[in-house]
Amino acid sequence: MKRTFSIGGVHPADSKISRGCAIEVLPTPPVVYISVAQHIGAPAKPIVAPGDKVKTGQPVAEPGGFVSAYIHSSVSGTVKSIAPRKDLAGNWQTCIEIQVEGDEWAEGIDTSDTLITDFTDDNKLIMDKIRLGGVVGLGGATFPTHVKLAPPPGKKCEMLIINGCECEPYLTSDFRTLLEKGEQVVTGVAIIKQVLGVDKATIAIEDNKPEAISHITSVLETLRKKSPKFEGISVMSLMKKYPEGGEKQLIDAVMGRQVPSGALPIDVGAVVQNVATALAVYDAVQKNKPIVDNSVTVTGDCLPMDRQHNFLVRVGTPLSYIIEHAGGMPENAVKVISGGPMMGKAIANLDAATLKGTSALLFLTAEQTKRQPETNCIRCGKCAQACPMGLEPFLLQKYARLDNAEALEENAVQDCIECGCCLYSCPAYIPLLDIIRQGKVKVMGIIRARAAAAKAAAEAAKAEKK
Amino acid sequence: MTSTIIWTIVIIAVLGLVLAVVLYLVAEKFKVQEDPRIDEVEKAMPGANCGGCGFAGCRAFAEAAVKAPNLDNNYCPVGGNAVMQKVASILGYEMVEKAPMVAVVRCNGTCANRPKINEYGGMKSCKVKAALYAGDTACAFGCLGCGDCVSACQFGALSMDEETGLPVVDESKCVACGACVKACPKGIIELRNKGPRGMRVYVSCVNKDKGPVARKACKAACIGCGICAKNCPHDAITVEGNVAYIDFAKCKLCRKCVAACPTGAIHDVNFPKPVDRTPKPAAKPAATAAAPAPVPVQPETAAPAPAKAAAEPTVKE
Amino acid sequence: MNSLLVSPNPHLHAAVSTKSLMRDVVIALMPAVIVSVIFYGLGEIIVLGVSVISCVLLEYLITKYLLKKSCTVGDWSAIVTGVLLALNLPSTTPWWVVFLGALFAIAVAKMTFGGLGQNLFNPAIAGRVFLLISFPAYMTNWQIPGGLFGIDAVSGATPLGLINEGIMSGQGIQDIMAENGFSYGQMLLANVGGSVGEISALALLAGFVYLLVRKVIRPHITLSIWAAVAVTSLIFWLADPSRFTDPVFNLLSGGMILGSCFMATDYVTSPMSVKGGIVFGIGIGFITMMIRYFGSYPEGMSFAILIMNSTVPLINRWFHQKKYGRK
Repeated sequence: MKRTFSIGGVHPADSKISRGCAIEVLPTPPVVYISVAQHIGAPAKPIVAPGDKVKTGQPVAEPGGFVSAYIHSSVSGTVKSIAPRKDLAGNWQTCIEIQVEGDEWAEGIDTSDTLITDFTDDNKLIMDKIRLGGVVGLGGATFPTHVKLAPPPGKKCEMLIINGCECEPYLTSDFRTLLEKGEQVVTGVAIIKQVLGVDKATIAIEDNKPEAISHITSVLETLRKKSPKFEGISVMSLMKKYPEGGEKQLIDAVMGRQVPSGALPIDVGAVVQNVATALAVYDAVQKNKPIVDNSVTVTGDCLPMDRQHNFLVRVGTPLSYIIEHAGGMPENAVKVISGGPMMGKAIANLDAATLKGTSALLFLTAEQTKRQPETNCIRCGKCAQACPMGLEPFLLQKYARLDNAEALEENAVQDCIECGCCLYSCPAYIPLLDIIRQGKVKVMGIIRARAAAAKAAAEAAKAEKK
Repeated sequence: MTSTIIWTIVIIAVLGLVLAVVLYLVAEKFKVQEDPRIDEVEKAMPGANCGGCGFAGCRAFAEAAVKAPNLDNNYCPVGGNAVMQKVASILGYEMVEKAPMVAVVRCNGTCANRPKINEYGGMKSCKVKAALYAGDTACAFGCLGCGDCVSACQFGALSMDEETGLPVVDESKCVACGACVKACPKGIIELRNKGPRGMRVYVSCVNKDKGPVARKACKAACIGCGICAKNCPHDAITVEGNVAYIDFAKCKLCRKCVAACPTGAIHDVNFPKPVDRTPKPAAKPAATAAAPAPVPVQPETAAPAPAKAAAEPTVKE
Repeated sequence: MNSLLVSPNPHLHAAVSTKSLMRDVVIALMPAVIVSVIFYGLGEIIVLGVSVISCVLLEYLITKYLLKKSCTVGDWSAIVTGVLLALNLPSTTPWWVVFLGALFAIAVAKMTFGGLGQNLFNPAIAGRVFLLISFPAYMTNWQIPGGLFGIDAVSGATPLGLINEGIMSGQGIQDIMAENGFSYGQMLLANVGGSVGEISALALLAGFVYLLVRKVIRPHITLSIWAAVAVTSLIFWLADPSRFTDPVFNLLSGGMILGSCFMATDYVTSPMSVKGGIVFGIGIGFITMMIRYFGSYPEGMSFAILIMNSTVPLINRWFHQKKYGRK
């Protein structure tokens, strides 16, 4: 029996149509729009002004807080404006508009393809390079990597898990990265492993990608002969099941441990990083190259084979530009999704630009994606069977509709990872996740307010003592 | 046989007696001392338990009202001045009179004014839709049209107008409890003074986008030009964040702003005669018809005649 | 370009709907239906037809004219109820009795509670028990299939009924079985007296396997019923084999297979969690055996399921599935 996570999960068809498409470099667009909010946490603060000349890889915005990240110009040219622009959901977001002129890179960036597997920098320098390179988690959450790699004092990491599952159907960008840049990824893993000071690192790959598993295994063998720094890194094949790439599910699958509710992965001795993040770490440390591009899968059943792509796209490229290059919108597509079909965001505004974390543009037809009208709950319990957190969505949705925050919290709505398994498997087409998410937002707000109040009270008591 | 009957009677009687004593003792022990005025106040309340007063229900309001030293902060919007008069006399407090309020939907985004740019396919709930994205029109501030306010209203005063896609307030049923105000994730609905004979003037838009953007999204958007504020003789209009707001406490219902507004974002309702909104005397006299469809408000029962009169001239011309 | 469709995630849906699940249940019941038509012939076809048609028609009329809601007949659940009800009735049941059963099942047990998903009791069982109590004469007039298509069928009692009667009159079990000439092999294949659905365990089990393979149901409820029946009857049988029937007999007789595979596993009226389902199943098995051994009715499956149905809300409240990262 193959290893996988122990609770729930669903088995959508994996539809990796574009798995055979090598990563191609998308031509640089004439204008890029670089958003200042490309990561979780505080938005970055622009450090350029309209009229400034910028080079590729030059920082254009600095972190706006502790949990925040640098943002770099992905092209060389002139800053046209720094103004609000509508993002893919139609909400205003400050963007730095850069008119592209040539492609001149900032100094110190190694733009060659030479592979450098040996690294000699000490941990502090590595961390600085990761921070200055604007590296964020590219698995979806875009959490600043330098924060994640600095575990709170007293907590020891026992295993580094590299997420190569790509459990979302359709997506192939991580898969292609593993195949085409295996050495770089593995070097990135070795760097992260050294920074964390762990002995073991596991690259977890689902068994629907046997090529990637065998390729990385052979890469590891070769590199291990070269340097002892690659000892302790292994590949683990996992049974295909969604949402295996979820942090908590992956830890359960690889280590057999469950992160307690409200705790962080580090509390069970795990740090999880994505394959693309490992590559970004390699680029930042070995090549001095910040995140200026990322691979984006363009796919969908409604696209013919020759219009399936894995593009290497500059950050801030307008989505419409990518679609144009991929041959335009397919006739019968009604929905374009940024990301995978289970957790991706439906795009309302195709003029929006890509972010660091944009992993795919997926076209779906009405037959595939249009929701059926909601009917009575038949109490089949399929949502509860599917929930990878072991929650009972049928119950949560009832309480969420009643706005009963107390009952919601009692039934652990705050543990919901919004993976969509419940809605996916509901035979009555009840919009479970839609409404549960609202309940979760409410409960999270209450929990945060409570924590803040408790903290204030503790501080007040402390002050009184003094 | 007889002894069985006698025994039955005796046992039942003794049992009843013992239980009665127990019940009495328990009732005495757990007796709750309660101000009898609470019951009286509760009886005077409308009994809708809507929470419009800010308390969990009528009983909670009654308890709070009895405890409070005056009626300054406790007002039942549903019962209005009539009920508060009764409450005041029960408690011996001075009555604080308040002008009757009504819920006002401040959005002009009818299907005609505000074209759809995408299609929403999720759960039919404004809350869910608002959390997902800016909405299916280019206006990120306007009504989402999923009817959260309609389902929040306990009094059946709100309904969706199929044609405009906007909620309609039935003034005769609205009690100004504020449930819809809380339910609207976009903060479009406001409680405003009902005004004399229901006459009131308000800016029916909350779009904070810059003028051209707002205008592009919706033909009848407030573009924040400030002409209304300049024309207001009573200093009742403020323009903040590209959107005008009329302070109903200061508004004297002169309707100069209504005539001045270039987009027709300012609405006047229940006035006997509509303002001529055409700036230049146009050949076409259908001024009101040409103006963006105002949020249809059911004429107040008290003032049906003026409303009819308002409609007449347009028809004649 | 068409305007974009925007909705929250997930953007895909599993190829499963209420309709497809219910259709699978009907398909799973087909072997049993075919076998019973082969054995009982025309009478069976009439019972089945009246039951299904009246269930569907009643639900249609009630949703359309009484509740004025959108019609829910399209979800196949009324058909499932109709087939299950028919399989619970003797093939000699007059059509109007079948109709009354359907009326009770749909109108009282299902629609008064709010339709599919809201009912506390399994409609088919409620209908059957209603008929059993109201028309005991019709409901115990079993046919023993003689030849194909009911040609040589004769009226008679079910194995459980015979044993109940025999024990009342002081006979030993082995004697009763020998006297009436039925064996376990017959019970497995068909060929013993009983309600339509009770006659062939094998056909029902085939349907049960189909449901498991299609992942329509999980096996825990059925298995725990069997386990409870086996354990309870084993204890009693070991204590006094002449008074109490043995486990194999109890597992194969009466409505055990039909009840445990198709009625107790009904989504709406069974607990949501696996733990709860096991408790539910054990309850059904135990109560069934108590009624069979000590009750005045020869068969207790229907009553046991109804009794346990009423405890489902409580079981759901007490038993939850294990949550990730929580105790």
